[in-house]
Amino acid sequence: MERSGQRKQKRSWVGFCLWRLPGDATRLTVALGLTLQTLPSAALDPASIASNGSADGAPACGSCHGANGEGNSNAGFPRLSGLAADYLLRQLASFAGAGRASEVMQPIASALSEPERRALASYYAGLPAWKAEGGEPPDGQLVFRGRALAKSGDWARGMPGCPQCHGPVGQGVGAVFPALAGQPAAYAAAQLAAWKNKTRANDPLGLMAGVAEKLTDDEAAAVSAYYASLPVPATRNGGPR
Amino acid sequence: MSTDVSRRWTRTVGAASLGLIVLVGQGFPKAEGTGGGRAEQTRRPDPAGNAAGHVQPPPESAIPDGPFGTMVRMGSDIFQDTGRHASGFVGNDLRCSNCHLDGGRLPGSAPLWAAYENYPAYRSKNRHVNTFAERLQGCFRYSMNGKAPQLGDPVLVALESYAFFLARGARTGVSPPGRGYPKLAQPVSLDIARGRDVYAAKCALCHGASGEGQATADGYTVFPPLWGARSYNWGAGMSSVANAAGFIKANMPLGQGNTLSDEEAWSVAAFIDSRERPQDPRFEGSVDETRKAHHDDPLDFYGQTVDGVLLGQNAPPSGTVPP
Repeated sequence: MERSGQRKQKRSWVGFCLWRLPGDATRLTVALGLTLQTLPSAALDPASIASNGSADGAPACGSCHGANGEGNSNAGFPRLSGLAADYLLRQLASFAGAGRASEVMQPIASALSEPERRALASYYAGLPAWKAEGGEPPDGQLVFRGRALAKSGDWARGMPGCPQCHGPVGQGVGAVFPALAGQPAAYAAAQLAAWKNKTRANDPLGLMAGVAEKLTDDEAAAVSAYYASLPVPATRNGGPR
Repeated sequence: MSTDVSRRWTRTVGAASLGLIVLVGQGFPKAEGTGGGRAEQTRRPDPAGNAAGHVQPPPESAIPDGPFGTMVRMGSDIFQDTGRHASGFVGNDLRCSNCHLDGGRLPGSAPLWAAYENYPAYRSKNRHVNTFAERLQGCFRYSMNGKAPQLGDPVLVALESYAFFLARGARTGVSPPGRGYPKLAQPVSLDIARGRDVYAAKCALCHGASGEGQATADGYTVFPPLWGARSYNWGAGMSSVANAAGFIKANMPLGQGNTLSDEEAWSVAAFIDSRERPQDPRFEGSVDETRKAHHDDPLDFYGQTVDGVLLGQNAPPSGTVPP
């Protein structure tokens, strides 16, 4: 199936990359972890970047976000699988540019080219949504309090309930309002704190900052525990009617 | 398009045109008094109210056990997910709670506790004294683009029970602060082009570029459609720009109430209410006659031509309830 003049990349499941150079029968085998030569966009393989890292040194996404993009409950790394591609792409742009400060993600996102970011966003959006295993067992009282606050918000403080934007079971709506259900509690709480202290400011219209700044730390922990306790919905994000 | 409304408005205040207001707890209770309904009332802090003088409706946890409590819960369920729990009467993708925020509790968002205590009342919209249940029928016919449940239908009994529950401690016949939507000072003109820009900047994120709303993947509407076949029809109170502007000013974007200027609220309300939507169920045979009979108001775009469209001419059907 190889067409002349086009590089073709194959990926082996044991973590090696094989690809052919045009007009050259030589097969190069490169061990995992070596810096790869820059690949043309036609040969972009997001699955390879996800498990092996990128040509320009971005480490494998899966080393933190899990082999299936399910996240890591113990470490508080978010699930990527099944989230909207446009949402993921905007986060990568925010990490590399402005709007979402992260010592970990800033250099990684910066090392990814625009085509790589797009390919990765589509790749993770297309994966079945898995829920990460492990993590602290949920505190029933905390989940209960979080559920009540999440459901109705607190309009005396001008705070809508979470489902009013993120869907009735936190399944997410469209490209702007991500799924919350099944995200690690530590991750959700860290994001609420980041909006509150303005290290994350990439929410359209400042909608999340407006909510987060009104939440106490205990309330943020409670709603985070509630959403972490929910199953990841089988359906994707939906969008315009 | 820019419509000069100031002169005609002056002549129109107090006239029958204000009867277009449909939503529960409408913003102009005094105007209805011209027909011999409620006497003018003095606003004062309610004894059961909070510091701002608002009635404090009881929380959900205060719903009692027993048959009455069951009916209140049913009303709450209908209010929050109308298409699911009153499916035979709903013809669009809206919920009661879209326009009556916080489950009908929020002041400035036409709260149920304020409406409940102000019926029966004369309404110029239909020129007779309406009970609260008849008022609820109007919501289904217009705002929900559906059909009205018969008086005594469990849907109406449940909603009335819920409103009664929320009105605990409120005073009968007193139009309290927070009733209806705030009445904004009249604009010099309605600038639809400006409204289009405001919509794109502040509203389209949730309600969609074409006002179509947004749903989850399994079809649960999260952001309601604002015009088109799945939104409120031309007979709804929200199709009057004054109502929409008041609601928007107080409550939109969600969680950021009172951040738009009055001018932005008027403009964006004019933009939204100058898009096509389901036909007025009181259609009189022609758009012209229907406008004369029910929409003779400069703050009502039915029967006017906007962006090359004669509004009402190609309106989707009203009362589209699933079989």
